[in-house]
Amino acid sequence: MDKLIDNLIIEFNQFVDKFKFVFIEDDRWKWLVEGLGNTLKITAVSLIIGIIIGVLVAAVRSSFDKNRETMKMHGGLGYYALAMLNALCKVYLTIIRGTPVVVQLLIIYFIILRSVSDGNVVAMVCFGINSGAYVAEIFRSGIMSIDEGQFEAGRSLGFNYFQTMRYIIVPQAFKTVLPTLCNEFIVLIKETSIAGYVGIMDLTKAGDLMRGRTYEAFMPLIAVALIYLVIVMILTWAVGKLERRLRKNER
Amino acid sequence: MKKFLKVASIVLVIAMLACFASCGGNGDEKEKLIMATNAAFPPYEYKEGDKIVGIDAEIAEAIAKELGMELEIIDTEFGSIVGGVQSGKYDIGMAGMTVTEDRLKSVNFSTSYAKGVQSVIVLEDSKYTSYEDFYTGYDKDGNPNGVIDDLKIGVQQDTTGDIYASDKPEKWGFGEDSVIRYKTGADAVQALIAGKVDCVIIDNEPAKSFVEANEGLKILKTSYVEEDYAIAIAKEDTELLEKINAALEKLTDDGTIPGIIEKYIPAK
Repeated sequence: MDKLIDNLIIEFNQFVDKFKFVFIEDDRWKWLVEGLGNTLKITAVSLIIGIIIGVLVAAVRSSFDKNRETMKMHGGLGYYALAMLNALCKVYLTIIRGTPVVVQLLIIYFIILRSVSDGNVVAMVCFGINSGAYVAEIFRSGIMSIDEGQFEAGRSLGFNYFQTMRYIIVPQAFKTVLPTLCNEFIVLIKETSIAGYVGIMDLTKAGDLMRGRTYEAFMPLIAVALIYLVIVMILTWAVGKLERRLRKNER
Repeated sequence: MKKFLKVASIVLVIAMLACFASCGGNGDEKEKLIMATNAAFPPYEYKEGDKIVGIDAEIAEAIAKELGMELEIIDTEFGSIVGGVQSGKYDIGMAGMTVTEDRLKSVNFSTSYAKGVQSVIVLEDSKYTSYEDFYTGYDKDGNPNGVIDDLKIGVQQDTTGDIYASDKPEKWGFGEDSVIRYKTGADAVQALIAGKVDCVIIDNEPAKSFVEANEGLKILKTSYVEEDYAIAIAKEDTELLEKINAALEKLTDDGTIPGIIEKYIPAK
């Protein structure tokens, strides 16, 4: 029994030594802090860009889908303008969803935003544009899921198309898509882990660097995994809370 | 006569069987020498089609032949090589690797088989003429005490260029914040061409290839660091270390290694 305890103490001391070597020596933990900061910054900004793009694209796509018949009947410039916009959005969705985000990041970094030397800005733009495509389809699915009767009821109350959307359709749609939207945000956070490809010091890269310098794989990788896990758990908890609040009126 | 033919044919068949058996036996008995490398570092190791070629690959082949072993080359990330050798996943690590104190904590190194020079690549019209231009001043011991503002140095992550450049200015580095780390040397050079970094610090041989392949680049005359390349071997495997050192000595003496290096880096 004593021997077992002795062994445990030795193991524990070894663990502490390794921990000190990996994280404390040369202030390597600062990489993790810097990486976490960049990961959060990139995620937050691209989230906002993604939602803005997503709302706009979803608005165009669902307006076109909902009004195609009536507008075609009336004809005129409005129909063709909307049809053009819709086609453009479809091209955007096809390209963004049809290519891997790593390739997009490299294209934006080395070709499109060549002159921008701040890697963080490039990553925010890239992940924002990428996320926008998925958010757009999520919003559209929410809008299309609301029964047509709701729409007709709104119109018969004297609301115009936008008022009906604003006061009747969108609030209900948002509640429906919230879990899926949360899913997309979780994916986004983890997707930013490829930012290291263009020299950005994000959380994954910080772990990579520790691994490269200490030749220890276990601790840096587990530390990085745990930090991602905690971020996602906090996000899930927050979205769950929002969901419950939005559902209060249903009782 | 018939009897003689019969006996002769039997003897022949037995002889042939024996030969097959011995040949097969030899093939199976050959031990494998597993070498880890990162095949993105011309001319030391790079891919030609599916094959990994270069100075390290050929020297390793010669060593394996010397030891009577069969060489197997595994392409992995540069940062994973030392860890893999330490854990016994690979027998040797050969990737234009310099002996550093940190690496010596994890593995043993053979004697040096080639010399590496860290060069600085800049754009042809760059205002910098030497890496010393990056320092703002020196302290009383003659060591730098600061770097210029907004200095951005591109490197390949975990290479010696990265390790030296991200050290503190007092130790002749340029500080953590000045270094941007890319996955490959080619990416760092692309970033230099796009104007995202001021210079790229990388080994002289790949630097030459990059400058040759891309217009508008030049290598600064003063090199940044000079160093010796060696083979990484697990600490416990002292037997292999001795064997490899002996093989290196022999191959250097008989002109094999100088020949391989000359083949890839013709002396001008």
